[in-house]
Amino acid sequence: MKRFVVVDSNRCVGCHLCVYACTNRFGYVGVSKSAIHVRSAGGVERGFAVIVCRACRDPPCARACPVDALALRPGGGVILNTSKCIGCGFCVNACDIGAVMWDSEFMKPVICTHCGYCVSFCPHGVIALEEVT
Amino acid sequence: MNSWIKTLSRTLYLDLSRKQFWIEERDDLFSKWLGGTGVAIQLYREESSRRADPLGPENVVVFAIGPLTGVFPMASKVVSVFKSPLNGYVTESHAGGRAATAIRYAGYGAIVIKGSSDMPVYIVIDEEKVRFRDAGALWGMRSSETVGKVLREAMPGAGYRTIMRIGRAGEKLVRFSNLTVETYRHFGRMGLGAVFGSKKLKALVIIGRKGFKLPNPRAYREVYREIYELTKGPATRKYHDLGTAANIIPLDKLGALPTRNFSSGRFDGAREISGEKLAEDNLSRRLACTACPVACIHLAAIREEYEDEKYFYKTEFVPYDHEPIYALGSNLGISDRYGLLKLIKVVEDEGLDSISTGVVLSWATEAFERELISIKDTLVELRWGNWRNYVKAVTYIVLQPNEFYATLALGVEEAALKYGGVDFALAFNRVEPAGYHTGPLYHSSLAIGFRHSHLDAGAYSIDQSLVASGTPVPSPEEAAKMIIEEESWRQILNSMVVCLFARGAYSKNIVEKALKALGYEIDESRLVELGKQIYLEKHAVKLSEGFEPEKMRIPKRVLETPTPLGNIPEEYVRKVVRHYIKLVREYIEKVGSSNEVFREIDSTSAT
Repeated sequence: MKRFVVVDSNRCVGCHLCVYACTNRFGYVGVSKSAIHVRSAGGVERGFAVIVCRACRDPPCARACPVDALALRPGGGVILNTSKCIGCGFCVNACDIGAVMWDSEFMKPVICTHCGYCVSFCPHGVIALEEVT
Repeated sequence: MNSWIKTLSRTLYLDLSRKQFWIEERDDLFSKWLGGTGVAIQLYREESSRRADPLGPENVVVFAIGPLTGVFPMASKVVSVFKSPLNGYVTESHAGGRAATAIRYAGYGAIVIKGSSDMPVYIVIDEEKVRFRDAGALWGMRSSETVGKVLREAMPGAGYRTIMRIGRAGEKLVRFSNLTVETYRHFGRMGLGAVFGSKKLKALVIIGRKGFKLPNPRAYREVYREIYELTKGPATRKYHDLGTAANIIPLDKLGALPTRNFSSGRFDGAREISGEKLAEDNLSRRLACTACPVACIHLAAIREEYEDEKYFYKTEFVPYDHEPIYALGSNLGISDRYGLLKLIKVVEDEGLDSISTGVVLSWATEAFERELISIKDTLVELRWGNWRNYVKAVTYIVLQPNEFYATLALGVEEAALKYGGVDFALAFNRVEPAGYHTGPLYHSSLAIGFRHSHLDAGAYSIDQSLVASGTPVPSPEEAAKMIIEEESWRQILNSMVVCLFARGAYSKNIVEKALKALGYEIDESRLVELGKQIYLEKHAVKLSEGFEPEKMRIPKRVLETPTPLGNIPEEYVRKVVRHYIKLVREYIEKVGSSNEVFREIDSTSAT
């Protein structure tokens, strides 16, 4: 089982190509469907924060979901069942690192599935997929 | 019409005089002129008038992005079109950062700013709203960096927004003040900062978090992958490694690095201020504009000990590029790297264009040396290499404590007309030149370029390839054709809008493929034709505003200082200019009287 990891956010130049890659998976361009978010760490001269699900073993987002729409993912993190999800947004508030994004078009959360599609579009070795046991 | 144009054509109009805004669907323009510069010049013509005062409410500022913005790698630039307060003619300036993608994903293709406010304001735009806000607390702040910090804290949308703002220079209407985006990028040239200042518009915050459905995701992904590989390949490597500062040593070796007010093409301190040396000793971080794998933005860190207390330090960050290194370094005889970075920093904080600032100061230094002006004017001794005094002089240009500095704030042309030294006042059409002294094609391109930028036609590169291959200099007619052909194709790149560092990746074939993946039906030959037409449209508007290139002053200094291709004969540049005038005038004849050119051109329709 694989897990997505931020290897070194200091290598990040803030190009957002990972963000665009993530949105592209759904046949969209832009940022609205991305499960990964990059913003400056208080001014770009200080570098960037790469915000994404870190595959918690006991994810607070899943515990906060009132309708069991977030199933535990083998290897950590969650899988969203969009049919169950009522769009209450409790999961967003439950995640202290801010890694539950929000799709304001469909009114549902967007959470990294650790597929690694964005990794192949990171030019500077910031992110990777690693094996977990 | 394809569905993609629908997502792009929303145009936001802001009227500062009435604090109103409205949105219009301008698919008429976006389907005919693609976007970027092609659309911006049409919006400018609709809203401006020929006699508009550049610093009056009747001047308009247009921002536009294009079909590839935020969609393909390195389609990362915004085009601005406005009337320049330096020379009174329509012009164009580009910037990167997050500005282009923020506009795109806020849901707009263009923004038109009209009128002027009676009080300082800033405007916040997001996917749903537009808000005019009181900028009273921001007006007069010493550093544009602080303005950025304040707005960064106060506004939502971190990561997906642009914070465009002017410094004190723009407020004080210094004619070569800039508009800063994301702290380290700029709409640098031609005085957009002063236009914002005249409108009492301190800042523009745009937050964009939308997404758009692709018409053909599979075709799109294929082209995307191809462009991605091209943009991160060897063609852009040097910009990633050393940034644009990589050019300092090669230009110096060639004898084309403007030094001490263009009196030489070689600088004895070039090594000290080179990209290599800066990278080894000062580079602290590299940054990218949104959607760019190259990350050419290079930030130096400088540590400074306070004079009043031992072991009390501060660390500041300074962006460096070829142009500020030339203008504020070799051009002012500064080889002290720390001093150069301090000088760049103050120019950044004040919100000035580094190129014009450097050239204004190099003229003043030479005028001081020749005793055309005295310490009573300059307040500090201006001597080559004395960066501490240059730091003070920069602040004087902004605060204008006497008549001399108030004149400098109008640009080098005005200063030389008043105090003398016209022969060594470096300006084409009242605009100070960028940092190349490569040969006749480059300087000719400055004379006829729309942006007055080395990027109009990249003719510094044509000169250098002539030197490298030992090819004789082409006739002025040939040169004019080469320059205009290149500038015409760049109209397409600037309508997409892609960064010109990616011009190698975005060949005609790739642009066609990228557009087709988005549902456009257009081919290479049509693109080339459209590029020529956009070129002519723009220059026709400029000539209609009264631009008289035949009367242009060619700076003597440029002709006297040998280039790697020898001395430039004045007649050579004049012939290039005449060829240009003939071409544009013929176009104006074809489409109607110059009055009609300005207001409405019913040109052949683009599909």
